[in-house]
Amino acid sequence: MISRGRKITNKVFQYLIIAIVGVMLLYPIIWMFFATFKTNKEIFGSVALLPQIFSLDNYISGWTSSGGMSYTDFFRNTFILTIPNTLLTVCSSSIVAYGFARFRFKFKSTLFGLLIATLMLPSSVIIIPRYILFNSFGWVNTYLPFYVPSALACHPFFVFMLVQFLRGIPKELDESASMDGCGSFRTFVQILVPLMKPALFSAGLFQFLWTYNDYFGPLIFVNSVKKYPISLALRLSLDSESVVIWGKIMALAFIAVLPVMILFFLAQKYFVEGIATTGLKG
Amino acid sequence: MTASVSGKKKASPQVAFWKIRDNHGYLYILPWLIGFAVLQFYPFIASLFYSFTDYTVTNTPSFIGLENYIKLFTTDPEFWNSLKVTLLYTIYTVPCKLAVALFVAVFLNRSIVGINLIRTLYYIPSLFGGSVAISLLWRVMFMDEGIINSLLGTFGLPMVQWLGSTSTALPTICMLEIWQFGSSMVMFLAALKQVPQSLYEAAAIDGASKAACFFKITIPSITPIIFFTTIMQTISALQNFTSAFVITNGGPLKSTYVLGLKLYRDGFGFFKMGYASATSWVIFVLIMAVTLLLFRSSSAWVYYEDEGQF
Repeated sequence: MISRGRKITNKVFQYLIIAIVGVMLLYPIIWMFFATFKTNKEIFGSVALLPQIFSLDNYISGWTSSGGMSYTDFFRNTFILTIPNTLLTVCSSSIVAYGFARFRFKFKSTLFGLLIATLMLPSSVIIIPRYILFNSFGWVNTYLPFYVPSALACHPFFVFMLVQFLRGIPKELDESASMDGCGSFRTFVQILVPLMKPALFSAGLFQFLWTYNDYFGPLIFVNSVKKYPISLALRLSLDSESVVIWGKIMALAFIAVLPVMILFFLAQKYFVEGIATTGLKG
Repeated sequence: MTASVSGKKKASPQVAFWKIRDNHGYLYILPWLIGFAVLQFYPFIASLFYSFTDYTVTNTPSFIGLENYIKLFTTDPEFWNSLKVTLLYTIYTVPCKLAVALFVAVFLNRSIVGINLIRTLYYIPSLFGGSVAISLLWRVMFMDEGIINSLLGTFGLPMVQWLGSTSTALPTICMLEIWQFGSSMVMFLAALKQVPQSLYEAAAIDGASKAACFFKITIPSITPIIFFTTIMQTISALQNFTSAFVITNGGPLKSTYVLGLKLYRDGFGFFKMGYASATSWVIFVLIMAVTLLLFRSSSAWVYYEDEGQF
């Protein structure tokens, strides 16, 4: 009886800790949401979570203010940047992964070793020559500096992850397909791609997330406001004001994180499994 | 004799078939080969080349030997500070983040109702990575009159000049990184699930204590994943940029002026591409040195079940 009582208190204690940690972790996001309705006076020097009135003024004034451009445009830019980038990454990475996982050719292990080595190649060391290169191609202020590396499978994380996944699919499947006269590309498209769907989906989600959150890339390669994605637009909204209305900035920032949150809740299984099975960093 | 001939006959068309087929491999990896050569290997070598020149975008690069490096190490007042700040950022964030992730993962690794929901909620901060939106949130929260100080005030604690003082600005930025421990935690949780239950059963028969089980079974079993995470987190921490740029813009008094920020200022603010390339190579050498150190140390603490599986 005593031990059972102790067990229950233990359980209660456990959940209490879990709840406290959870609240601490999520409080900033919750606070951010309510701050979007507040005035500077309410944001600073007060611990009240709820705003005095729920007014959408911050959203409305923030949405259109940035120099003739509205967040509709910035959102459109963001999706024009992130969606093709994600699709290109998934396509190229899966094709390259297929090459590494299913064919035996000369220098394969050397090349795969190089691919693994590029996992650790810091992006800061290649950014300057890349900029010079893309500048000479006239690609600065377009989205090509994002699309082209993605189309050429320059995100080794995803190639590596998909190779690992392909290794888990029995080779007999491709062999019997080729016995039946199925070419190697058709084998890939018709037999393997359907089986790779969960991994492809995880890779796509992460690439979307990373491109969406990325700030350094757009900061360097995109320089006209017309082509700004959300990340740059947020900085612009902040810098373009002499007296910053933080509620407005919070409203815009909240709008910026909203798509990510929605995507996460819709596809959380793929997120969590993607990290768990491949060791991706979030 | 006859048997071997017939065997050969039977095998040869198939072997030929696979040989031709195998050469398709090059075709499939071709995109990556091009990408690797043009967008990774070439820039890598080119940045080393530029680091020995005075390139500024407008001039043709001319070779100036080690001048950039000498300037960096001897006369640039920012460099040693930036190096120190970058190393501190890494030393503060990586061990803390991983320790918290491991601690929470171990705590959650038991039969708990609603574990999926908990895992999901704890993961949320990791979603935002180095995004501008969250950096802005951090900036607002940690302002002098911000919510954090207001909360401290209600508990009767003294206010802290989080972003305004040179001693606390860097730790405040580090907190943003540590807050996002969820993705590492999910990895650790997955690794913990892989630890064979039979090991614990055997230990229980031998009368091992809970603590002994934890340090002798749990931790050693997941060292490969701890090792991998440490390396990846270290590499990204050494290159941190966005949070330092958006939250404090390197200040106050350059106390958060990480090398990534210096690289950006020199290269894309002042277009001193040659000089910034030298900085980028310092970052690269730094990353290599730390990675090598971690690899060297790994034989002492990383336990692989199947040696050489990689």
